Amino acid sequence: MSRFLEVAHVTKRFRGLTAVDDVSFGLDKGAIYAIIGPNGAGKTTLFNLLAGVYAPDAGSIAFEGKPIAGLAPEKICQAGIARTFQIVRPFPGLSVLENAKIGALLRHRDPLDAEQAAGETLRRLDLWDKRRQLAASLTLPDRKRLEMARALATEPKLLLLDEVMAGLRPTETDRIVSILKALAAESGLTVLLIEHVMRAVMALAERILVLHHGAAIAEGEPATVVRDPLVLECYLGAEALE
Amino acid sequence: MPFDFYVTVAVQGVLTGLVYGLMALGLSVIFGVVRVVNFAHGEFAVVAMYLAFLGFAMFGLDPILAMLPIGLGFFGLGYLLQRHLINPFVGRPEHEQFILLVGLAIVLVNGLLMLFGPDTRHANLPYGFDSYEVANVLIDKVRVYAAAAALVVAALLFAFFRWSRTGMAIRACADNLLGAAIVGLDVKHLYALTFGLGMACVGAAGALMVVLADATPMLAPAFTLLAFTIVIVGGMGSMAGALVGGILIGVSEAFASFLVAPSAKSMFSFAILIAILALRPQGLLGRKQ
Amino acid sequence: MSVFAALNGRAKLLLTLFVLGLAAAPLAADRYLVSVLILIFYFAYLGQAWNIMMGFAGQLSLGHSLYVGLGAYIAAALWTKFGIGPWAGMFAGMAIAMAFGAAIGWLGFRFGIAGVYFALLTIAFAEFTRIAFDHMDWTGRAGGLFLPVRAEQAGQWWNLRGGPLLFYYLALALMLGALWLCAALRASRLGHYWLAVREDEAAARALGIDAFAVKMQAVLISSAMAAIGGTFYAFYYNNLFPAQIFDMSRSIEMILAPIVGGLGTLFGPILGAFILTPLGEGLIAATEEAGLSAPGTKAVFYGLALMAIVWVAPSGVWPWLRRKLGLETP
Repeated sequence: MSRFLEVAHVTKRFRGLTAVDDVSFGLDKGAIYAIIGPNGAGKTTLFNLLAGVYAPDAGSIAFEGKPIAGLAPEKICQAGIARTFQIVRPFPGLSVLENAKIGALLRHRDPLDAEQAAGETLRRLDLWDKRRQLAASLTLPDRKRLEMARALATEPKLLLLDEVMAGLRPTETDRIVSILKALAAESGLTVLLIEHVMRAVMALAERILVLHHGAAIAEGEPATVVRDPLVLECYLGAEALE
Repeated sequence: MPFDFYVTVAVQGVLTGLVYGLMALGLSVIFGVVRVVNFAHGEFAVVAMYLAFLGFAMFGLDPILAMLPIGLGFFGLGYLLQRHLINPFVGRPEHEQFILLVGLAIVLVNGLLMLFGPDTRHANLPYGFDSYEVANVLIDKVRVYAAAAALVVAALLFAFFRWSRTGMAIRACADNLLGAAIVGLDVKHLYALTFGLGMACVGAAGALMVVLADATPMLAPAFTLLAFTIVIVGGMGSMAGALVGGILIGVSEAFASFLVAPSAKSMFSFAILIAILALRPQGLLGRKQ
Repeated sequence: MSVFAALNGRAKLLLTLFVLGLAAAPLAADRYLVSVLILIFYFAYLGQAWNIMMGFAGQLSLGHSLYVGLGAYIAAALWTKFGIGPWAGMFAGMAIAMAFGAAIGWLGFRFGIAGVYFALLTIAFAEFTRIAFDHMDWTGRAGGLFLPVRAEQAGQWWNLRGGPLLFYYLALALMLGALWLCAALRASRLGHYWLAVREDEAAARALGIDAFAVKMQAVLISSAMAAIGGTFYAFYYNNLFPAQIFDMSRSIEMILAPIVGGLGTLFGPILGAFILTPLGEGLIAATEEAGLSAPGTKAVFYGLALMAIVWVAPSGVWPWLRRKLGLETP
């Protein structure tokens, strides 16, 4: 049986530079996965391949058994994969509620239903009180949660989170960690996150994939992966062992 | 029709096209660096035409020489315009820049209409009807002079951007604004210089245009469109592209005028524009982004 | 009606007074005032059509005179050549205008031509068509197409033959109908998707929005509405010249009201038309009074006014006025 998300031998090159090099991994439904790796390891490129921004030069991506590599971003989202952007891009001139509502309209064609669904998502992410504010006026932690809320409002089966915790204080990080844990436990949401904040990765992820120079160098449970000598050498460095 | 005739039309088109190219070069330089579309470009060209016409009518100044003081004056005007009027709009939404410049264009073209009326003005040069004959091909003397002058101005601009320190600094601004600001370049000053240079091009081109066409305020919107068309066809941000686009449009206009009707000449230009946008949106010499 | 129900009490009251006031205005207004109001409604209507593309979907079109001109010429030609009435002619004009809109949209959106480039594409199509009509014998070339005004047809309101009052109420209905349509669209799924694409196309696509389809719908609806305006124009003025109706200055005239009133707002195009048209008329009167009868005087002030407005109130007058009137929904 094929897995929930199956990435097989995916390669992406930019003008001779191989950003993602023959990467394979798989995800099972309902779990939280993390991709880690130093800057320039190809994490965001891999993400963009999954989200339909780029088509891979080689390899295949299958979601729920159906090939999705090279589909347009909107088709990927319609198939049930939602993503956030590393540099958050809420719709600045629209209110928080409208931002979430636009996401919710994907599965709720009636605007009133969508508004209701959007409201529920905003409550989950502690944004309900700010629903009337313009997205442009939010603080960075709020904007990060709005970015997640908007993606969640599309009711995805798989959520791709691109460094949603970067630049946040530990209390904020913990807040997002607990929200994600609750979501995965309650609704069976599958989460794939790129993350630099190891605290959050260790608290959340059931499995970790380590990328280095575009290639997957380790995959497994967090406790095992962070002790992998290869990983330590090329990514985590000595200070991560403390 | 004899072959010589076609050659004549083509050569006239190329010569006119070089002057068009100089005008478009101004637009291209401004857009390439300041990222503002000068929707009043053609209006400025016609203002320059009237200045050159006045210089000729009042002092007998040859428009081809008048290009120098007019270009210089337009440089200063452009510098001040950018500093005081347009700079606050840099980085604002396109439609706001557009309204500002359309407002300016309306003021300019109707100001000319108030001052000079709608009638056309013709600079009757003493050598206006002279022509060179090269192997059965007749070429207007005025066109040769105007095209040569346009080439010289364009070459000076190329040299400035290629070799001078200031020119390189401006190119740095165009490539990486943040980086340019970080290394301490005075971006506002450089933007104003660029706008001034773009305006100098359009001033010089306008002065030269007097020998090719009669001045009337009605030319202004058509020139704005013409400059745009040329820049897009040649490739936004490519200086050589502006000249190549100018020549192409000049030739197409010349043939359309002779083979169809003078009033239909810009139809061909727009057809070329639509084809370019569809097939090669970056323009003939533009780089793919 | 659900659109109306969503307004707060004061807004409902003011809107009702506004509509009733305009409906009753011809009782008190003289012929000149009626003609100015017709012009205001016409520009408000076209502004609303354009606002769907730019204000909602964020696509800058500077060639809307194309759709108005097609709507005008096709209905007028069918009427003068074959006696086909303006209602059928209007639909024919809409269909052709939409076909042009689809061609422009397809070229622009499929090849990722955006912003200034897209604006230029729209201008190019409009100018191309203007010159084509200048040389088309069937519609009288540059010399114009004239709709005969025959005594025996007077009062045939179903053929849009009638006096100023007929056109007054027709224009009022167009403006109010467009207001209702825009409000309904704005509240709909499509309306939300337009705003998303306007704000950030890549983010919108990541939320499952087919940006291409959404933008195509905007251009189709907008061009169809503009064509209806053109049919109205043809039968109101009874003469058409390519150099007039397809001209770029017509396109620019059309977009000023929504920009001055407030881009992307529902009432902005109407408010903008109520500001600009009287301003223009007032300038004509004032310049004549001052003895400045030179051509262009009015337009110079017009240009200065535009620059002043975009300098002082770039987001338009309506957002400000709405706050002052207390019409924000709680």
